Amino acid sequence: MGKTLFEKIWANHIVADETGAPTILYIDAHLIHEVTSPQAFAEIRRRALRVRRPECTFATMDHAIPTREIPLWPDEAVTQVNALRQNCSDYGITLWDIRGDIQGIVHVVAPEMGVTQPGMTIVCGDSHTSTHGAFGALAFGIGTSEVGHVLASQCLMQSKPKTFAINVEGELGLGVTAKDIILAIIAQNGASGGAGYVFEYRGSAIRGLSMANRMTICNMSIEGGARAGLIAPDETTYEYVRGRPYAPTGSDWDKARARWQELTTDADAKFDRSMDLNVSDLEPMVTYGTNPGMGGPVTGCVPKPTDMEHLQQRQDLAQALDYMGLTPGQSLEGQHVDIVFIGSCTNSRIEDLRAAAMVVQGRKVADHVEALVVPGSKAVKAAAEAEDLDRVFAEAGFEWRGAGCSMCLAMNDDKAAAGKYVASTSNRNFQGRQGPGSRSLLMSPLMAAAAAIKGQVVDVRTMLR
Amino acid sequence: MEALTVVSAAAAPLRSDNVDTDQIIPARYLTAVTQEGMGEGCFAAWRYRADGTPNPNFVLNQDCYKGAGILVAGTNFGSGSSREHAVWALMQYGFQVVIAHTFADIFYNNALKNGLLPIPLDRDIIEILWSVIEEDPETSLLVDLEAQTVTLPDGQRHSFEIEPFRKRCLLQGLDDMGYLLAQEEAIAHFEQVHS
Ligand code: SF4
Repeated sequence: MGKTLFEKIWANHIVADETGAPTILYIDAHLIHEVTSPQAFAEIRRRALRVRRPECTFATMDHAIPTREIPLWPDEAVTQVNALRQNCSDYGITLWDIRGDIQGIVHVVAPEMGVTQPGMTIVCGDSHTSTHGAFGALAFGIGTSEVGHVLASQCLMQSKPKTFAINVEGELGLGVTAKDIILAIIAQNGASGGAGYVFEYRGSAIRGLSMANRMTICNMSIEGGARAGLIAPDETTYEYVRGRPYAPTGSDWDKARARWQELTTDADAKFDRSMDLNVSDLEPMVTYGTNPGMGGPVTGCVPKPTDMEHLQQRQDLAQALDYMGLTPGQSLEGQHVDIVFIGSCTNSRIEDLRAAAMVVQGRKVADHVEALVVPGSKAVKAAAEAEDLDRVFAEAGFEWRGAGCSMCLAMNDDKAAAGKYVASTSNRNFQGRQGPGSRSLLMSPLMAAAAAIKGQVVDVRTMLR
Repeated sequence: MEALTVVSAAAAPLRSDNVDTDQIIPARYLTAVTQEGMGEGCFAAWRYRADGTPNPNFVLNQDCYKGAGILVAGTNFGSGSSREHAVWALMQYGFQVVIAHTFADIFYNNALKNGLLPIPLDRDIIEILWSVIEEDPETSLLVDLEAQTVTLPDGQRHSFEIEPFRKRCLLQGLDDMGYLLAQEEAIAHFEQVHS
């Protein structure tokens, strides 16, 4: 029987597979950031260990740092950033420092640098490491203990997940994007539907997507409960990787490419589970609840708890709507919005900003709305400025920021106040995620841009025609 | 990591699904560079009102559940962020065991790596546990890792699953680091073949 893409990558990285113990899996690339790494380095120091292969770990600063020019940083961010500097210099690890030209959200920067390549195993103390699966790399988030394990041994102990094929066919309509595809998958399958599985996104609708769009989809695999999400590499992938700083060159490139071409699921391979989605009739999606599975088409309504089958579902939905201040049965269109956040590792690449700018161009942000654009990296920021997108946003009334996670997790000063509605291109609508008491409505960059202009949730398709 | 064999403790009912790690420990508590001080932030948004005073409506703030060593929750506990701070927070708050219908993968792994025992049980058993401990908050549950059982005071006993390797690590208080470092030969061999 043939093998799935996941099984091939897994098999290629087995260091040891003793019966009665988890597999020891070799890790090719390890990404770290300022928030989840300090305690791992403390452990390395406490045990007087070395970092086994410092050249395979890359560090960036993104989570806690401010994204606006402020003269005085909060003490905590300074402490974390300085700890990262110290740790990277002590152990010889490459650091993309905020003082330099290369910096931004870890899942935006690593692909830009060509660190992310097909067939690799990639981990990071961050659940959205699943993003890198867009390249056909097995990439997943780990805890801080495991960050320490990778530093010391370049390996992890892992139980083998099961495989889940997500077949996406059809053609996206105008104004419908990769973000809507993944929100629809999670709405259909639930926020925990993928637990214990690795997704493989397949089908014509996936093949037609750019790398940025593929990253958007794989990024949110974790929101569907999956540990990782994969897309088989193809010409689109090779074209993206070629020529980037860490990409192979010359004859190494040819060899790598030949290897990468093997990275597909064999025709006779079997998945443990599968689901099908046809996107031809898909509408732009919006979430209304407090987990990313609570979402639906923009022209639809907020569901009623009484319509739910199980008691627990009724309670959960009632709780979520109560937190969100939404009325069961109300339409999503017209829902008031206070803040618009365009950014995060899901949707802060140049393609995302171009899409948002297309809607914003020549229009003004509604008077009551506070809107910000936070590019995913300094490279994205520079590219956007070269295309004058910063001006488009600024003229419309958006704030134009430096690179970082910002209001995606509200660790820095970008916080939504309690009760405020945030139209957000990020990936989590958990209670308080964007600031204590904040209410997140997840959507695509096109939809968020439209919400900024209208000051409410609106079907962006009506503004594109 | 401390060994864990038997836990006999009162339990607190958290009647929610999809309790994500942002609820277990909000991001604003992630500013530390050490593991300490996380207990304070445990369920902060639910435990405290906006003015910082305790929220009397939150289950863990009810006197009868103070000092509970076992938390009983619903489906998909620990979803979301990979922050191990969530496990540290629960442990520093005083929990040794979390029983839930299902767990999110990363949280489950993080828990095992710190000696916090995650126990998955069927939904109807979770419902039973909730009603039993709500009826009598002083109910003490007996968790026996060796036997892989949770026992109620009336003798009702429920078995749970755990990988044998993970069970041994918990029983003996072993962490993965030692095991991994002992694989030096295999790792070096892998690196040689793949370089
Ligand atoms: S942008 Fe948000 S989800 Fe992405 S790495 Fe940063 S905090 Fe995590």
